[in-house]
Amino acid sequence: MKINTLVYSLVQGIKNIGRNKMFSIASAATMSACIFMFGLFYILVTNFTGMVKEAEESVAVTVFFDSGLTDEQIKTIGNQITKRAEVANCVYVSADEAWEYVKENYFEGKEELAAAFEGDNPVANSAHYEIYLDDVEMQASLVQYIEGLAGVREVKKSEAVANTLSDFNRLISYVSAGIILILLCVAVFLISNTVTVGISVRREEIAIMKLIGATDFLVRAPFVVEGMIIGLVGAVIPLVLLYILYGRIVGYINDRFDFIGSMLNFIPENRIFHGLTPIAVLLGVGIGLIGSIWTIRKHLKV
Amino acid sequence: MITLEHVSKAYSAGVPALNDVNLEIEEGEFVFIVGDSGSGKSTLIKLLLKELDPTEGTIIINGKYLNKIHRRQIPKFRRNIGVVFQDFRLLKDRNVYENIAFAQKVIGEPSSRIRKRVPMMLSMVGLAPKYRSYPRQLSGGEQQRVAIARALVNEPKILLADEPTGNLDNNNAWEIMKLLEEINSKGTTVVVVTHNLEIVKVMKKRVITVKKGAIVGDSKKGDYSDED
Repeated sequence: MKINTLVYSLVQGIKNIGRNKMFSIASAATMSACIFMFGLFYILVTNFTGMVKEAEESVAVTVFFDSGLTDEQIKTIGNQITKRAEVANCVYVSADEAWEYVKENYFEGKEELAAAFEGDNPVANSAHYEIYLDDVEMQASLVQYIEGLAGVREVKKSEAVANTLSDFNRLISYVSAGIILILLCVAVFLISNTVTVGISVRREEIAIMKLIGATDFLVRAPFVVEGMIIGLVGAVIPLVLLYILYGRIVGYINDRFDFIGSMLNFIPENRIFHGLTPIAVLLGVGIGLIGSIWTIRKHLKV
Repeated sequence: MITLEHVSKAYSAGVPALNDVNLEIEEGEFVFIVGDSGSGKSTLIKLLLKELDPTEGTIIINGKYLNKIHRRQIPKFRRNIGVVFQDFRLLKDRNVYENIAFAQKVIGEPSSRIRKRVPMMLSMVGLAPKYRSYPRQLSGGEQQRVAIARALVNEPKILLADEPTGNLDNNNAWEIMKLLEEINSKGTTVVVVTHNLEIVKVMKKRVITVKKGAIVGDSKKGDYSDED
């Protein structure tokens, strides 16, 4: 490809935006609206997923041992459990630590009652492992494995919580996949419509170019450049808006509603936009690129 | 230069737009193609530009068999053919200079050549002082001159003009015809489709008459009369 051709395509693409101001504004606004909706949804889903993940990480499986097990045997059980892929963290709680926990939580203000048990740990048989999972959906398989280990007396699990979180996770995945698909379809439809209007205005120009001897590439290139620039602008505007709004809304909730703020851990904006920015830019530029190539295709048959 | 052998073109199952047309146009000729509306004149031009493919027959232009030209090679083929339309088809948002330069830019000509060729073409069509004007600021005749300059700026061997005087008054029509004759005198083969028989008679050029998709007359220079 000649440098002149490349420069011509770039310059024409930029000039076309100016020549068709209304069309360019309409396309960028449509794109912005779609990507804004997408971004909004992305932020909600990311926060939801983060919160669910946090809840998942607090769900533990507790493993108690047969009485009379040596420290070495308990350690072996711990090693076998830690090797499992679904395990995020495995914490050993000795009988003394368990008793300390009971004292702190159940004998607060009644220390004299607790003192009566001094020297005779009532939970002497309560040494255990607290196992935190990577994915709460894997709880059942892990429990099944642990129950099969020699020396394990009992495995306590919070089946209801695990099931609820698993169901919730699945629901979020389905809903987000559905909404993202709908948003993408709406975006492609609206943008291809605006691009179609823009191109039909310049159908004559395309026909003249073809009759003069312009290649398909040269006819298409300025429209593609134009589509990509509009896509980029259409992605940057909602990203900036969402960045400003997200910071302010999270700050407002944390300041004004202490209760909600302490319950919900919002994901920091840097982490959100680290993921959202490339997706939104790719989406905008990609839709601009595909939309313009797709729409101009039928006008090239001259 | 242009050869049509048993060329037919049918748009649908009905009456063919062109039926078994045989035609030979030599290099440097000036040829009028005349006929009523719907006689197949415009179809002929579209076939020569490879906008359409014939249903049957062979078209050879500049030694190239059009049916053997791949879609990707069409742009290169068209660069050897200049084309002018009744409705000028200028880009309304670009001035005279830009309209002519456009034809060179789309084939990737370097800027230095564009800067040299465009003023040359503007002088040839007599529009040098109006190079900054937009199409809406020009008369019909002037717009057609711009279209001719654009068609010729890439130095094509053939110029096809489809009803070039159809939208012009008598004076402007004659000016355009004189310009086409001048272009032809410099070696370019000129094919003009027209229904302006007065011009055809006075110009005394070869005249091909098309009727209902068939060539019914082919008069040598100066032989044409209305009765043909």
